Amino acid sequence: MCGIVGLLLKKPELYNRLGEFMVPMLVGMTERGPDSAGLAVFSSSVGNFDKKISLYSGLTAEGASFNWQGLEGAINQHLGIPAKVHAVNNHAILSISGNPEPVKHWIAENYPKLYVLSTGEKIDLYKDIGLPASIADRYDFKNLKGSHLVGHTRMATESAVTPERAHPFTAGEDFCLVHNGSLSNPNYIRRMLEPRGIKFETDNDTEAACRFIEWRLSEGDDLKQALQACFDELDGFYTFLMGTADSLALVRDPFACKPAMVAETDDYVAIASEFRSLAHLPDIKNANVFEPAPEEMYVWAA
Amino acid sequence: MGSVAFDLEQTPVREINHFIHKDANAGDKIAITNAGGAHSIACGCDKELEILIDGHAGYYAGGMNKDADITISGSAGTGVGENMMSGKIHVKGFASNGAGASAHGGLLVINGDAGLRCGISLKGGDIVVGGSVGSFSGFMAQAGRMVICGNAADALGDSLYEAIIYLRGEVKSLGADAQFEPMTDDDYAAVAELLSKAGEDFAKYSPKEFKRIASSKSLYHWNADANQEY
Repeated sequence: MCGIVGLLLKKPELYNRLGEFMVPMLVGMTERGPDSAGLAVFSSSVGNFDKKISLYSGLTAEGASFNWQGLEGAINQHLGIPAKVHAVNNHAILSISGNPEPVKHWIAENYPKLYVLSTGEKIDLYKDIGLPASIADRYDFKNLKGSHLVGHTRMATESAVTPERAHPFTAGEDFCLVHNGSLSNPNYIRRMLEPRGIKFETDNDTEAACRFIEWRLSEGDDLKQALQACFDELDGFYTFLMGTADSLALVRDPFACKPAMVAETDDYVAIASEFRSLAHLPDIKNANVFEPAPEEMYVWAA
Repeated sequence: MGSVAFDLEQTPVREINHFIHKDANAGDKIAITNAGGAHSIACGCDKELEILIDGHAGYYAGGMNKDADITISGSAGTGVGENMMSGKIHVKGFASNGAGASAHGGLLVINGDAGLRCGISLKGGDIVVGGSVGSFSGFMAQAGRMVICGNAADALGDSLYEAIIYLRGEVKSLGADAQFEPMTDDDYAAVAELLSKAGEDFAKYSPKEFKRIASSKSLYHWNADANQEY
């Protein structure tokens, strides 16, 4: 099982309503994935900062009462760079300028239990365990703003139910992947990539796909070439939905074992595992509704 | 003979199906609006009902249908008409994977495309598809007929038994043991009958445009010398 959702708004005046449109899509996929949910939303960075790091404090002793303001001050003091934290519950977006790698390295050394969810100019990433509706409430998903997003509801089959193993998975900056399905050769992928210095954070099969795409992109492939390499190397069932700073992309395995539906209007492109997660969208009765074909690459520009 | 209307935004599918099974009488007309992709709409019908589903249906719409005449104005999700015994299901839009899987009887009409595995394990039902079908359609189909007005993707009719496939367009590849055979007068009559039953949307096609695909029956008996190559 598992459910995927994606939404790309075509008109900037709708960006403020991204979360409002999306929450019923995500909650609609609860039966397909009741144990965890996650979301990557793409929006411009705020103020004078040019990079955002999404952080998760649920694995620390303090949990939701983590001292985010203290983290902001400590980064100012120890790294000598301006930083701004915007926190909701277990989650915070840390805005900085310049190279994010020293900041992430410093966080790993000083706050080893603070989990880095994503890095980029536009991506904010949320994921946690629990029912999709309660996660949406926990992080106030309905008020999220942005141009496009990728979401997931998880029914775990290949690895344990933990926040790190929830989707989306990220690789590099401003890239994320959600997966409905299961891969049968993730260990082969790991054995191929680990000697090349690519590090894995979990034993999750989707992470293997994500790292594989990251590796192909780092070798110079564009997204389409990287996805073609997926068709050649990945074995198993998958509908993949990917988000980048300026696009959504969708592929299904050659057997189309896992579902996907797309609805497109002048205002949006909406993707979900099933139509019931699209049924509430505005003007859906006049939308162009179609089922994406297997082994085709669908890319929508934001 | 009464007319009953349900709105799926107001009434859950289980209540509607309960009405269909317990309270409806043969000859009744039932309109179901705002399908909204709900699963299992009008599953297990067992009498002559006329059911109109407005919108996009979710999984298994009209599954196990016996005697009812069901129309879906939009698309249908996975397994529409699965295990149908008799009656008719007409999908005005497209259908997802496994349409008409294992249908024992009745007629499934899809105006648009059908996904993968259309008519898999067909056991005597008839399927007419106005558009194209996905890969592995007619896989291990045992009895019944499929009329495909568009094209077929890979492995059409793989491991066919006695079902017959009529294809108007092109096939990307035939499955193991499936082969083209000459059309006979009986085949032309069968295609004409099914196109006519499928309704006016199919009147534009002539039986002369269709090719017959059936089993070469080389898999019917185990051949130890085949070395697993078919």
